[in-house]
Amino acid sequence: MATPAPRLKVATTSLAGCFGCHMSFLDIDERLFELLEHIEFDRSPLTDIKTCGACDIGIVEGGVCNAENVHVLREFRSQCRILVAIGACAITGGLPAQRNHLDLADCLREVYQTDPGTPGGRIPNDPELPLPLDKVHPIHEVVRVDYFIPGCPPSADTIWKFFTDVLAGRTPTYPHGLIHYD
Amino acid sequence: MSTSPTFTLDGREIPFEAGQTVLQAALTADVYIPHLCYHPEFKPHGSCKVCTIKADGRHVSACTWPARHGMVVENATEELDDLRRTLVQMLFAEGNHFCPSCEYSGHCLLQAVGYDLQVETAGFRHFFPVRPVDASHPEVWLDLNRCILCELCVRASDEVDGKHVFGLSGRGAGKHLIVNALSGRLADTDMAATDKAAEVCPVGVILKKKAGFRVPIGERPFDREPVSAQAARYAPRPPARHREED
Amino acid sequence: MSIASPAPQPAAALGAILERHDRRPEQLLQILREVQEHLGHVSDDIQAHIARELHLPLTRVRGVVGFYAFLSATPWGRYRVLFSDNITDRMQGNMDLLDHLCRRLLLEPGHPSEDGLVSVDTTSCTGLCDQGPGLLVNGRAIPAISRERLDLIAELILEGRPVTAWPAELFAIVDNVCRADMVLDNDLDPGDAVRAALARGDMSQVEQAANTRSWREANVAPPQGPLATLNEIRSANLRGRGGAGFTTAYKWESCRNAQGEQRYVVCNADEGEPGTFKDRVLLASHADLVFEGMTVCAYVVGAGRGFLYLRGEYRYLLGALEETLARRRRDHLLGRDILGTPGFSFDIEIHVGAGAYVCGEESALIESLEGKRGIPRNRPPYPVTHGYLQRPTTVNNVETFCAAALIAAHGGDWYRATGTPKSAGTKLMSVAGDCARPGIYEVPFGTTVAELLAMSGAEHTQAVQISGPSGTCIGPDEFERRIAFEDLATAGAFTVFDESRDMFEVARNYAHFFAHESCGFCTPCRVGTTILAATMDKIHDGHGTPYDLEEIATLDRVLNQSAHCGLGHTSCNPTLDTIKRFRPAYELHLKDLDFEPAFDLDGALRRARQMTGRDDPGAHLTTEPES
Repeated sequence: MATPAPRLKVATTSLAGCFGCHMSFLDIDERLFELLEHIEFDRSPLTDIKTCGACDIGIVEGGVCNAENVHVLREFRSQCRILVAIGACAITGGLPAQRNHLDLADCLREVYQTDPGTPGGRIPNDPELPLPLDKVHPIHEVVRVDYFIPGCPPSADTIWKFFTDVLAGRTPTYPHGLIHYD
Repeated sequence: MSTSPTFTLDGREIPFEAGQTVLQAALTADVYIPHLCYHPEFKPHGSCKVCTIKADGRHVSACTWPARHGMVVENATEELDDLRRTLVQMLFAEGNHFCPSCEYSGHCLLQAVGYDLQVETAGFRHFFPVRPVDASHPEVWLDLNRCILCELCVRASDEVDGKHVFGLSGRGAGKHLIVNALSGRLADTDMAATDKAAEVCPVGVILKKKAGFRVPIGERPFDREPVSAQAARYAPRPPARHREED
Repeated sequence: MSIASPAPQPAAALGAILERHDRRPEQLLQILREVQEHLGHVSDDIQAHIARELHLPLTRVRGVVGFYAFLSATPWGRYRVLFSDNITDRMQGNMDLLDHLCRRLLLEPGHPSEDGLVSVDTTSCTGLCDQGPGLLVNGRAIPAISRERLDLIAELILEGRPVTAWPAELFAIVDNVCRADMVLDNDLDPGDAVRAALARGDMSQVEQAANTRSWREANVAPPQGPLATLNEIRSANLRGRGGAGFTTAYKWESCRNAQGEQRYVVCNADEGEPGTFKDRVLLASHADLVFEGMTVCAYVVGAGRGFLYLRGEYRYLLGALEETLARRRRDHLLGRDILGTPGFSFDIEIHVGAGAYVCGEESALIESLEGKRGIPRNRPPYPVTHGYLQRPTTVNNVETFCAAALIAAHGGDWYRATGTPKSAGTKLMSVAGDCARPGIYEVPFGTTVAELLAMSGAEHTQAVQISGPSGTCIGPDEFERRIAFEDLATAGAFTVFDESRDMFEVARNYAHFFAHESCGFCTPCRVGTTILAATMDKIHDGHGTPYDLEEIATLDRVLNQSAHCGLGHTSCNPTLDTIKRFRPAYELHLKDLDFEPAFDLDGALRRARQMTGRDDPGAHLTTEPES
């Protein structure tokens, strides 16, 4: 019975992140062709699909900084059998979490009501806009996470190592040079 | 007796001199045991617990446990590495360790030990403590966000510099590094960039100013080689002043 | 003590304190504690002054002030009210009482009133569990707190009356001895045990060595008196009463044989284990027996100086203890040439702690005696060879010294006749919690838990916490177990919980206790106890999942395997014991989910809602994940 294994469905998203991890993903270059023999994308900035269907693997870049991030993350957790945190922001909160020692109200005032910025302006209150959480959280503090790919961003080789391990049914490991926090 | 005493570490014979601890003897023999608060030029301290081993079946800190002839030591076991991984995760959760923006990345022992133990996440809930950065001193930065409370700077300033620039206050989760000035500012202490205390921090708390990025990211000691391959670098030696960092 | 006098004279008071302690660095903690008592806090300037006078770096002084709970760099108010917060105080409603007092005084817990008059907060167990809830006002203990008593206290505070002038009945603490045996019913007069020990030996050997540096070491043949007494201690099979049960004779002998110019005897009266209060009673009513045991120990090991390390919560016992010491000096039971024995010189100083449970660990206690932060030392070396000032030191529990005095007087055979073959003598049990007659029960080793429950009139008992949070929590199917080193080893706490109690809440209280008392030296304890307390709070707040129970098991493993001292090793015990024996108590708090955030997601949007004025559905997050 040599029927090829069905391709794994993969969804990706960026919460409070810079899309750098996605860029690094694309940096696997021509290996993408090989990868696409084994996976297909569901919701992802790469496909522009806006909602996540049932998936095998969900890859989340960025930390959780607002209400919309929570909704998207929960959607990923409930739709994906394996949930992966990619990059420093998803794993530690990263750069956005550097506001955590500040009071959120001070941040909003600083940005919208004082100079430089929009002195005397109003803090936006359009219901379309997601409200920020008082602290930025790594995603494992909001949902259960199965795997972590550290790095800022993780290198293309590290991401490739993750996929080759998972596709082979191995627990991903990262030898020296592939594991980085910076 | 002509033969020197030995103990076995994961089945390997390790010779030692009287007065050496398990960690000191192992590193002298170029055998790596993960560690953070230990420094080759200082009396072992035993606080980080990352060097925990099993000596004759008992969990002890390798850095402070005296070597004994015939002792059987377990080191690189899954159980112990699991334990060490959790300890490193605890330290990452406790402080604000943001490697992407840290000048010490690649020199940092916490990071290197994390790489070696395959620590991919802090796992625990991050404490996100509010900790100060003291930029008052003309030559030295003090960023307490990264402090792992190993007390190496305290020991260096007390024992080598004779200045007592650093100390610890508080207790439990509130334990924190303090400096020897009524104002609490590093600028008002006797600290100098040439102090031993300025070069012993295993993480990026105490950094010399105007020296950043002299070695590019990617070419730093732990970028080049895992810490576990650099055991001999940590073999005990007498305190040296003004040692050039790698 | 002029604790709450309105206008203390800082300079004069400070000078006198420094003078009294001879400006010695090892007196640092005592100096700070006394300054705190006189001035209500130890300001930065005063810390700097003390550092200069003692020739210490300021970091050292600040480090000590920051370590001990009863020291503070900022004013806490002229009246500092600390509610004891052991689980037994909780069960007696201490939190409602705290609220009541705060309302009467119009202040928030933990924050001094704006006029600097008063602050109200909590503190670890004050050792009044048999007559709780307890509190401390400026370090003085008040038992049996009720709304009526608090109303009186609030009045006294608001009228600014010095604590020394408060009605004495407020401070009346009773012994509550419910069963006495060989220790509490002893027939010894002061000096009897020392005389008996001296009578065992040939005085001439001691006299020969009288003028030498160490009368013990100078003898070619060791004096028979000390060795004969050591043999009695050995044949008595006396084991330490602080919980670990180390063989006393072995400890004394090791100290006696250790190399050193000067030896020390230290009595560990830092009775900090929540639920324990037997040392309070021994020190209040049997101080002579304690000092007698220390003196016998000094005779055996050849020590010239002794310390009683009295926990800060028992500060109120200090005056009477000092008087007892003075009387014993007058009676030649302390000082030079005790009872006319040339060369047998020994005296005892009292050091008072300042709120740190970890100082009950003997090497941390020695650090504290040396005026430092109470951090347990690396061992080996052990105190018997490298103790106080790195010299040979014997540290024993209060109760151990009492037993040693009895043995010196009556002999090892007499002592061993009580108890079990492996656990000789009696144990003082501090019985508290859900029982009709809380108090001290001195029972022979081998007494069962069920027997103690019956004696104390406990009914419908669900669980007993043996030896406090660092001990064992057992349920009814184990009540036939015995108080003995070979079964339930204990420092003496015996806290009873009836069927109405939520055992999860018991464990949660203990988890917070350990997090509060961790010295912070080692990673696993500093971080692990904090995470454990946060996880228990998460479960309490209704966000707990089975995943959290797994995390607790991980914490326990890490703390057991790698913590620096017993505090860390045992800090998960109450949680694990209760998870094992009272799992439904946890499960009732858990969610049927595999994961839940540890924080309130909707609450995390509160600040943003305030700032934007929004309250639409999009401005909220549900706790349950949307399907």
